[in-house]
Amino acid sequence: MSTSTTGLAALPPAVRKVARPPGRSFWMRLGRHLLRDRVAIVCLVILLAIALSAIFAPWLVPADPYKTSMLRRLLPPGERGYLLGTDELGRDMLTRLLYGGRVSLSMGLAPVVLATLIGGALGIIAGYFGRQVNMLIMRVIDVFYAFPSVLLAVAMAGVLGAGIMNSLISLTLVFIPPIARVAESVTTQVRNQDFVEAARATGAGSWRIIVEHMLANVTGPILTYASSLVSVSIIIASGLSFLGLGARPPIADWGLMLNTLRQAVYVAPLNAVLPGVMIFLTSVSFNLLSDSLRTAMDVRA
Amino acid sequence: MTGADPRDRGGPQQPLLIVDGLKKYFPLRNALGTVSAHVQAVDGIGFSIAKGETLGVVGESGCGKSTTARLLMQLIEPDAGSFVLDGDPVGRGGVTVRELRRQVQMVFQDSYASLNPRHTAAQEIAFGLRVIGKDTATAEAEARQTLRMVGLDPDLYAGRYPHEMSGGQRQRVNIARGIALNPRLLILDEAVSALDKSVQAQVLNLLDDLKQRLNLTYLFISHDLNVVHYVSDRVLVMYLGKIVEVGPVDRIWREAAHPYTRALFSSRLSMNPALRVAAPPLSGDPPNPVRPPSGCRFRTRCTLAEDVCAASEPALIPSPLDAAHAVACHIARAGSGHSLAGALANAA
Amino acid sequence: MPLDATPARNGTIAEVNDLSVRFVTRDRDVLVVDGVSFTLAAGEVLCLLGESGSGKTVTMRSLLRLLPPSARIGGRIDVAGHDVTAMSDRQLERLRGPVAAMVFQEPMTAFDPVFTIGTQIAETIVSHEGISYRAARARALELLELVQIPSAARRLDAYPHELSGGLRQRAMIALALSCRPALLLADEPTTALDATVQIQILLLLRQLQRDLGMATIFVTHDIGVACEVADRVAVMYGGRFVETGPIDQVIAQPAHPYTVGLLNSTVHEISRGAPLVPIPGGPPDLADMPPGCSFAPRCSAKSTRCDEIRPVLAPISAGRAVACHHPTLAGAKP
Repeated sequence: MSTSTTGLAALPPAVRKVARPPGRSFWMRLGRHLLRDRVAIVCLVILLAIALSAIFAPWLVPADPYKTSMLRRLLPPGERGYLLGTDELGRDMLTRLLYGGRVSLSMGLAPVVLATLIGGALGIIAGYFGRQVNMLIMRVIDVFYAFPSVLLAVAMAGVLGAGIMNSLISLTLVFIPPIARVAESVTTQVRNQDFVEAARATGAGSWRIIVEHMLANVTGPILTYASSLVSVSIIIASGLSFLGLGARPPIADWGLMLNTLRQAVYVAPLNAVLPGVMIFLTSVSFNLLSDSLRTAMDVRA
Repeated sequence: MTGADPRDRGGPQQPLLIVDGLKKYFPLRNALGTVSAHVQAVDGIGFSIAKGETLGVVGESGCGKSTTARLLMQLIEPDAGSFVLDGDPVGRGGVTVRELRRQVQMVFQDSYASLNPRHTAAQEIAFGLRVIGKDTATAEAEARQTLRMVGLDPDLYAGRYPHEMSGGQRQRVNIARGIALNPRLLILDEAVSALDKSVQAQVLNLLDDLKQRLNLTYLFISHDLNVVHYVSDRVLVMYLGKIVEVGPVDRIWREAAHPYTRALFSSRLSMNPALRVAAPPLSGDPPNPVRPPSGCRFRTRCTLAEDVCAASEPALIPSPLDAAHAVACHIARAGSGHSLAGALANAA
Repeated sequence: MPLDATPARNGTIAEVNDLSVRFVTRDRDVLVVDGVSFTLAAGEVLCLLGESGSGKTVTMRSLLRLLPPSARIGGRIDVAGHDVTAMSDRQLERLRGPVAAMVFQEPMTAFDPVFTIGTQIAETIVSHEGISYRAARARALELLELVQIPSAARRLDAYPHELSGGLRQRAMIALALSCRPALLLADEPTTALDATVQIQILLLLRQLQRDLGMATIFVTHDIGVACEVADRVAVMYGGRFVETGPIDQVIAQPAHPYTVGLLNSTVHEISRGAPLVPIPGGPPDLADMPPGCSFAPRCSAKSTRCDEIRPVLAPISAGRAVACHHPTLAGAKP
């Protein structure tokens, strides 16, 4: 009864030939899609330029970002060799803007990365194990979620005291709840699919299933959401600095610069606006990039 | 391939698996999270699966056939019930649940949802092999071998993701994942139902081929009676969480004893435009398994129902003509109080 | 003002000529229906039979232009004397309902979950026929009785989710019939149902079709369903008609190798004990179709001609046509 009409031999060669190259993973397809998105490319180039110039600032601009000069205060852009002018203490604006990128970019990325690790882990655990575990984690998260994020950040920074490290901690705490929420809902969806059931049927333990089956399926959506928080983080961090709760003088930070140049806005409006322009440029780029990422994920099917 | 299986401890007469008193109620929660009712998915069923046979399970949605599969697979915990694996009781004092699970594997209906979209075919198959302790290289090599066994050239398909394969190819990968762990019992839960007919036939032939080569036993769940008839040795008919009839496939097809089984058969499409079905054998839908009817659960749709059917629940008892054929119907049991009781048995 | 739903002089309710549908997105341009032509007489039941990706649903939906925005329709479609390809969206809306109505596989797609069945049917009637809500509601009750819903008066006030699968399917049929269509389009309406319910719905549709004299196009992948309801059948493969003819003749003596293969690979009562004879390989990739016959790569009777020249649908006997270079070869062995 078992004349094998099913084996490979039964298939004529024409059927076996393959038209498309196989084995294109989700991330490869995502990458290809992003590379065809012009907006994403432009944003990526802008952000890379800002990041690289921040990292290599000492070689790009020889001036000292902390060297003040009472004689050269608030020079307009282009004057006496200062490409973007000077600030209220006579420091080179261009130099400070580039150095300021270091603080602002790290304050945009670091809290989001930390919050993604912590919040993502909490959300995945809550979503995968469900029931009481979920209840416990998500209700605690909900308490934090009840406060508006800016208010929460200000309050926490206020309690912890001013300083870059403290504002980083408070921003991380602010971003954990929303990321955990997203991670939990994505995980719950994935968890109910048959392939997780099939993995359990092999006798695999929960951690193994989470690491090998869940992570690859939930990281995409979680990262997409997290990327949209980077610009928020930059803005809140700048806001904290502006309020005197973040970076302290004389550190070069866009938010702080915006604050100290505030008084000069009628004297040297261009100089005063420049840090704001940088914040705007960076956060808009991150936002658009995050949007492109989401679109690319949507069309993967 | 009929070499003695070292795992075969009980001999050919000992059923591979005996299930008794299996029960699973799913709680329904209201908005406040308190349990308001239960879905009586599987309500005290017992059956056995002989070594090397294909036991077909038929029934409509809500009859509990998929829940039964998941209970056997230990994917959900039964409320009650015992398992005997090849003569050894599972649980206290006998073999472990882990051991039972290792000897049973399952193929799901939805070939797409049951494969991890981020894993290649080879990764998917190798996962289970790594779980049981094989190293990555061995698992990978065995995965490729298993792909060949299910008729997929590993050079072409090992590196493919689910979306890069057709439905039939994906279901072959699912079957490969199941057999890679070398189970003795393979549960096929509507495994060919979603496939196109031309592909379905290929997969049915493959399953038959694998069964011979690997000494497998199948539990074949399907709503398609023709397919069940084609593959099964014995058939189990379920209705609302109960077994209503079980027996050798030819006997059931020739003389089904339960009114539900007969109605199910008469609902089959004729496949002949000249012999169209004239009138539907049953009216209405199956009742809600949250509130099943009292007594015989089929009585609300049964044309032969009498008072006794509402009053008492018929037990699943073997037919006097054939001990392998059991029916849960008052009509089949002489002296049950039903006016037709024993009439059918006498007629046969 | 309702559209004229009377069939054309020759008794034809729908006429499709060289229909092609392609789905065009940024990444892909796929021809899913390729040169399909047919006519449907008033009161006739045509079954479009095919497997997934054969283009059967898209062909049927083209008749009401119920297609996603990425679809590009070519050819000519006439429904009750109206050129569907040239109609505005407004005109199309008036066509849907009184002239042609549709039933789906999943009834929840046809109903709005927040309104009762009775309200939805009555409002459809009001918007199309402009009669009073009271009268429309009375009609809705008649319709529910027509589709044999038990205790119909009570079911008028039921929400869609309160009905069982079979009743919901009946309610959707009632909704489709609410404006007395001359043409009913049915897209696998029984596929998701249990066997004992499926046969009830099929027989109901057959009876309604006969009683109301509706022409019907029935899309299915199941030969058994086609055998129960069809007058004529069109077998589709890779977006094309490969064989058309009266259902009894096509089943008894299939002429196209694909139809033969499909019948062979369908499990019958008599199949037990013998291995099935499946069609080798898988369905064609619509984005990469062979230049000749689309079935040639899987066909056991093919010649070199089949790889090079695409066969056209040509008549082989009264009422029957087949698109194959070697039809008799396959038809000889039913």
